[in-house]
Amino acid sequence: MRTMKKLIAAAMVTTALAPVVLAGQALAAKTSLVMGMALEPPHLDPTAGAPAAIDEVVYANVFEGLTRIGSKGEVLPALAESWDISADGKTYTFKLRQGVKYHDGSDFNADDVKFSLDRARAEGSTNAQKALFAGIDSVSVGDANTVVVQLKSPAGNFLFNMGWGDAVIVASETADGNKANPVGTGPFKFGSWVKGSSVNLVKNGDYWGTPAALEKATFRFISDPAASLSAMLAGDVDAFANFPAPETVPQLQADPRFKVVIGSTEGETILSTNNTKPPFNDVRVRRAIAHALDRQAIIDGAMFGQGTPIGTHFAPHHPAYVNLVDRYPMDLEAAKKLLAEAGHPDGFKATLKLPPPTYARRGGEIIAAQLRKIGIDLETIQVDWGVWVPEVFKAKDYDLTIVSHTEPMDISIYSRKEYYFNYSSDAFNSVIEKLNATTDEAGRYELMAQAQKIISEDAVNGFMFQLAKTGVWNAKVNGLWENSPVQANDLTGVSWSD
Amino acid sequence: MKQFLKTAMHNRSFATGIVITCFIVLMAAVSFIWTPYDVTNLDITAKLKAPYGSHWFGTDHFGRDIFSMIMVGARNSIAVALAAVIIGVGIGVPVGCWAAARGGQLDEVLMRGNDVVFAFPSLLSAAMIAAVFGPGAINAIIAIGIFNIPVFARLSRGAALTLWPRDFIMAARAAGKNKTRITIEHIIPNMANVLIVQATVAFALGIILEAGLAYVGLGTQPPTPSWGKMLNEAQTMMSFAPHMAVIPGLAIVISVLGLNLLGDGLRDVLDPRLSRKRD
Repeated sequence: MRTMKKLIAAAMVTTALAPVVLAGQALAAKTSLVMGMALEPPHLDPTAGAPAAIDEVVYANVFEGLTRIGSKGEVLPALAESWDISADGKTYTFKLRQGVKYHDGSDFNADDVKFSLDRARAEGSTNAQKALFAGIDSVSVGDANTVVVQLKSPAGNFLFNMGWGDAVIVASETADGNKANPVGTGPFKFGSWVKGSSVNLVKNGDYWGTPAALEKATFRFISDPAASLSAMLAGDVDAFANFPAPETVPQLQADPRFKVVIGSTEGETILSTNNTKPPFNDVRVRRAIAHALDRQAIIDGAMFGQGTPIGTHFAPHHPAYVNLVDRYPMDLEAAKKLLAEAGHPDGFKATLKLPPPTYARRGGEIIAAQLRKIGIDLETIQVDWGVWVPEVFKAKDYDLTIVSHTEPMDISIYSRKEYYFNYSSDAFNSVIEKLNATTDEAGRYELMAQAQKIISEDAVNGFMFQLAKTGVWNAKVNGLWENSPVQANDLTGVSWSD
Repeated sequence: MKQFLKTAMHNRSFATGIVITCFIVLMAAVSFIWTPYDVTNLDITAKLKAPYGSHWFGTDHFGRDIFSMIMVGARNSIAVALAAVIIGVGIGVPVGCWAAARGGQLDEVLMRGNDVVFAFPSLLSAAMIAAVFGPGAINAIIAIGIFNIPVFARLSRGAALTLWPRDFIMAARAAGKNKTRITIEHIIPNMANVLIVQATVAFALGIILEAGLAYVGLGTQPPTPSWGKMLNEAQTMMSFAPHMAVIPGLAIVISVLGLNLLGDGLRDVLDPRLSRKRD
């Protein structure tokens, strides 16, 4: 009985205190953020893997490069304070920031820059974007705070390239362990990784720049769109940079607790085609497919109207974009005629491999229905990324697939040998070669336009739409990016208002 | 037969159950020759329409007619559940009868093997099968069928064991018939009642399991419509298109209810002890 009384007394005290404690919490603005992501990265080293999810966790948060891409796609100084470009455009002299420390306490200096760039462009490098470094002739250390990069030929986009997640600067001592325990120079330190659930970052107290407003940042991985919606509504997640269920946007917009920002990404969403596999090696077949696609229906059906139709592999918000949407208007008669000319009057069977994102799974069903109208009978096969990457991307064992290429300015992938499209065109390659060597803007834009037209003419892939960035976050969160000029969730400037 | 139907229709469960079941089967049968709209034809401009005049059950997020999808989905549900029951009966009953006829160690081994299969939840074994052979309707049938085997094996073994000591079986043995012949000629016909009732219940369970597998993406693959997949797609659209979830949900509930009522009714009608009690 006495214990009972004690219990009751204790309960009463706790109840009385509770409002005080809660009020105390409410006064100070929150300093932690939970960011939802649909995909979990396979590891955390941006210099050793292509998945966007890696950059979306660590870019600008944990790792920094010589330059940094801002929220509008502009090139900003990062570990390089300033730079000089020689008159011939081939020598870049970077002046490095002083007093920068890695998260393990060691100092950052010019040797790290040389190490990182040499490692990325080395023969056996596992860097996913080796092309970014291909133009580098040599990297030399001037003094502890100066690095000189010599290019083979002038490269107009070199500073932008150095701002990619694949070009971040790592320390030689910790580089090999970055996959599991990333050590960088950014405003956040790696805290822990609960596999299958979340990555936790904590504020770096010794950061060289403006310290982050957040003490803690958590990236939580939720693959199911319906679960994402529940997590958002329940307040378990504070923000989604790319909300995976576009159909729920009106519901979230109507809710005063949330802010919905629809921005642009660099994601050209395409029906990737295996250009060497019959019958897709015949340009008439690829053109027939292009004529059979109803882009607006795909955007409306799969993305609930979010997205801009594209006619080539280029972002519509870029000044050099050429609108080629009308090169292949939806025309079933023309498509059937082309198929007949190619020797397939009754169509044919093929497979369509669909990775998990909404745009692929829903878009795939719509495309299968659209191509059925011209006699192409697609078997849709749903695959996980764990299967897609080795099977489709690496082994090129596929007919058709749907994927969004979210890297910025990536039209040059069409000139890569052994890329999974299996496309090769001498005309295109020479345009890209010229583009790499051209530094004046007008000349570059002209070449970019030519490149866009060539791949559209060859109907390399089914060009569908530019992926929109459906950002949803708590209305009290400030400083998240509205657009995605690079694959990143830069939390440097994120804070809560009370 | 006429007499049977006459008494059976007096049983309310049976009457309701048979009407619902016949309706669902009819709907599935009709879908082979006619549906209001083509279910593989997407009409994005007509998407997410609430039930109205020309689309009785509304349209889904691709503008497909939900009524047509329910019809084709019924065909799919019935096919998977029926095939799974056939697997269960086809393998489970012989195993059970064999165990009962031979007894001893063989009985022990067969029944413990049964327990092992029984220990795996059907969804888990389906996930396993899908991981190895890829998802699809055939693999859903195999997974649900495997789950049905021990159910029928146990039932038939139990029923057979109560039959073996009976006088007419003794007479047959005395007449020199071997065990296989006795099982086929006397044991199985005498336990047909229980098997029919169990088959109806297993059929209803099969529909639920098929929907569950399709819901998690392991069952029937698009573009073939299936009730479970329709529910899955409706999840994030509940707030503005509730009909997308409610209608396939009702389809599952009603068909399972119908089959369960039918099973209940059959048990009452077929079991002589129960019917005597009611009289």
